[in-house]
Amino acid sequence: MAGFDHGPNEPEEEESLETISRNTRLGLILFVVYLILYGGFVFLNTFSPARMELVVVAGLNLAIVYGFMLIIAAFVLALIYGWMCRNEIDSPTTENGEAKS
Amino acid sequence: MIYEPSLMAVLIFGAIVAVTLGLSFWLGAKAKSAKGYFAAGGGIHWFVNGVAFAGDYLSAASFLGICGMIAFYGYDGFLYSIGYLAGWIVALFVIAEPLKRMGRFTFADALDSKFQSRGIKLAAAISTLAVSIFYLIPQMVGAGALITPLLGFPHYVGVLMVGTIVILIVVTAGMVSTTYVQFLKGSLLVIFSTILTILILQRGLSTEPVNDGKNTHQFQILGPVAANDLQTWKNELKLTDQDKLTPLEQGAWEKKGILQLTQDGKTSYWKISENEEGQFFLSETQYKLTTSQGAVIINGLPQGTGEGETDFYPVGRISKLPGDKTETGPLGITSFLSTIRESEIILWGSESVTEEDDSTLTIYFPKPTSGEKVLSPGNHPKFAGIRGDQFYEKLNFLSLMLALFCGTASLPHILIRYYTVKDQASARKSTIVGIGSIGYFYILTLFMGLGAMTSGAMDVTNSNMAAPLLAKSIGDWLFAIISAIAFTTVLGTVSGLIIASSGAVVHDLMSSFMKIEMTDSAKVRVAKIASVVVGLIAIILGILFEKFNVNYLVGWAFSVAASANLPALVMLLFWPKTTKQGITVAIFTGMITSLGWILMSADSYKGIYGWDPETAIVPFSQPGLVTIPLGFIVLIVVSLMTQPKTQESVN
Repeated sequence: MAGFDHGPNEPEEEESLETISRNTRLGLILFVVYLILYGGFVFLNTFSPARMELVVVAGLNLAIVYGFMLIIAAFVLALIYGWMCRNEIDSPTTENGEAKS
Repeated sequence: MIYEPSLMAVLIFGAIVAVTLGLSFWLGAKAKSAKGYFAAGGGIHWFVNGVAFAGDYLSAASFLGICGMIAFYGYDGFLYSIGYLAGWIVALFVIAEPLKRMGRFTFADALDSKFQSRGIKLAAAISTLAVSIFYLIPQMVGAGALITPLLGFPHYVGVLMVGTIVILIVVTAGMVSTTYVQFLKGSLLVIFSTILTILILQRGLSTEPVNDGKNTHQFQILGPVAANDLQTWKNELKLTDQDKLTPLEQGAWEKKGILQLTQDGKTSYWKISENEEGQFFLSETQYKLTTSQGAVIINGLPQGTGEGETDFYPVGRISKLPGDKTETGPLGITSFLSTIRESEIILWGSESVTEEDDSTLTIYFPKPTSGEKVLSPGNHPKFAGIRGDQFYEKLNFLSLMLALFCGTASLPHILIRYYTVKDQASARKSTIVGIGSIGYFYILTLFMGLGAMTSGAMDVTNSNMAAPLLAKSIGDWLFAIISAIAFTTVLGTVSGLIIASSGAVVHDLMSSFMKIEMTDSAKVRVAKIASVVVGLIAIILGILFEKFNVNYLVGWAFSVAASANLPALVMLLFWPKTTKQGITVAIFTGMITSLGWILMSADSYKGIYGWDPETAIVPFSQPGLVTIPLGFIVLIVVSLMTQPKTQESVN
């Protein structure tokens, strides 16, 4: 390809089609999980803001608890994804796909 | 407010910036080829890259804008934190993996590898440029906001400084150095935000915060009295016959509930407020009068630090703690938040009117607000609609949250960072590190924002200053370090954006679209020229947009990015029938409609043109809710209309 040499970005990992589709599916499932959590939060804020003032635990209201939970959930889901994907592509090329131009 | 620079602060600041720049020049000397310039040779460790993600993403807007918004309006600023982080989920789960599999990591490259169409390259390049420049504005505004209190320079000097330094960095170095700058800065930001948060919790909450060794100015509140009656106020204020108390009713001030008091030849303004029991109060305000000759009067005296001059009082404190205590002592993570929830806090509102003779009077008035309200959504004027019944206001909020969710994966300078690691597993790992550090930082923003809100150190005129001023209320050294980090934050983000834009100009516009043949070194040279031009544009816009909360500006950049790029990206990856015509038209549609929507919104009417926001054409300010789906629809329709004839046999 003409243009800039973006050499190192050629896909070096030999992934089987099966792995690819499983990873894609996993990504989409986790995405939907988060979408539901986030969507719930946004709709609660929009259409029932008074409910966000209710105290849920330890003197903290729903707004704070749900907000913190969303941030933590993002990290947890990312970890799950990283961990499960690594199990899927357990091939020797994964860690030493050297950059080539 | 006028800020007095402290020598130590300037020295610490200078040292941190010098080390960062020195490092970037040193590392940059190693990267000479085009590949090294744009993609750091693909050899950056995933952990470094992950923290650099955080460095890239936690821009001036995240740090200054979110802290400022929380400090002035409470929970609403935190909504941005949540939305910005949620966007990473889209990037990681939906976009990054399939895009990586195509072997491409910028928008334009991915499209290029599938379609080889010049139209698409043009569209992608223009949208990259538009989004980058839009995203550059808040960074530059943030730079000005930082330099002002630190060095005592006016806003435009700060913008010029950042612009010049960044152009230097980009021209001499490239992606390697910006990656390390971002790594350093990302780490420093997270570490020092943690320290700041611990100090806030240690300090606890007080109804009389001490700031710079001085107690904060106690604004008078008169009342309550039973009736909203001028004579009652006069008696209450023990006014003499020479004093004049009159309602401020002329022109646009009508019905704003403000009284003008002239006492000893000095004018002050008082805001009438009513509590739930129907009692009236009169609160002392601060005001700024810019006369038609350009003189600035603050609270009745010329603005300045000399004899016979005055300046705004710092604001922001708790007026009532639970149990009528005056201070709490050190607090824990949850007790800090629960104590604020049970307190009453003085937030500040403002009203501004420009008269026909070009004189402008801005009145800032205290708004005692319950902690319950502070810690729930809807205090910011732009979000207040969600507590009301106005449907459009609710749509505006939905629209913003959607744009934040979809915007991250469409930002050119975020996707470009995937180039800098060697393989897919590394890309994934660095995203996880990125999400971890960014999420952790965003949790801290709530504490820093609320700490600023109650610090007694806020500049009532500028919310972007909240985080640095909070640090200053704790100590000059912390102020210097936080400002230096924030400054390098701006440097790093701006460099990344400028590299992304110059890449778009050289690679997509000149090389691919115009078919200009260039050697590798010629490309780097042209890219550097493009960087200078983009940098200059950013400087000019940064000066023009001084008064906007930087965070709000970022919301717009996200809207434009999501509207222009996301439909094309998602459909390219997941819908086999996508055609090049569909993509080209969708990019242009998303970009033009979202930009147009913003320019025709009430916010632009008010903030940019100075027109009456009521007359704005579009019903709400955030375009995402309309323009993102529009991009998808246009793409689908055009693609279906332009299906290749042999499609059946291909499938």
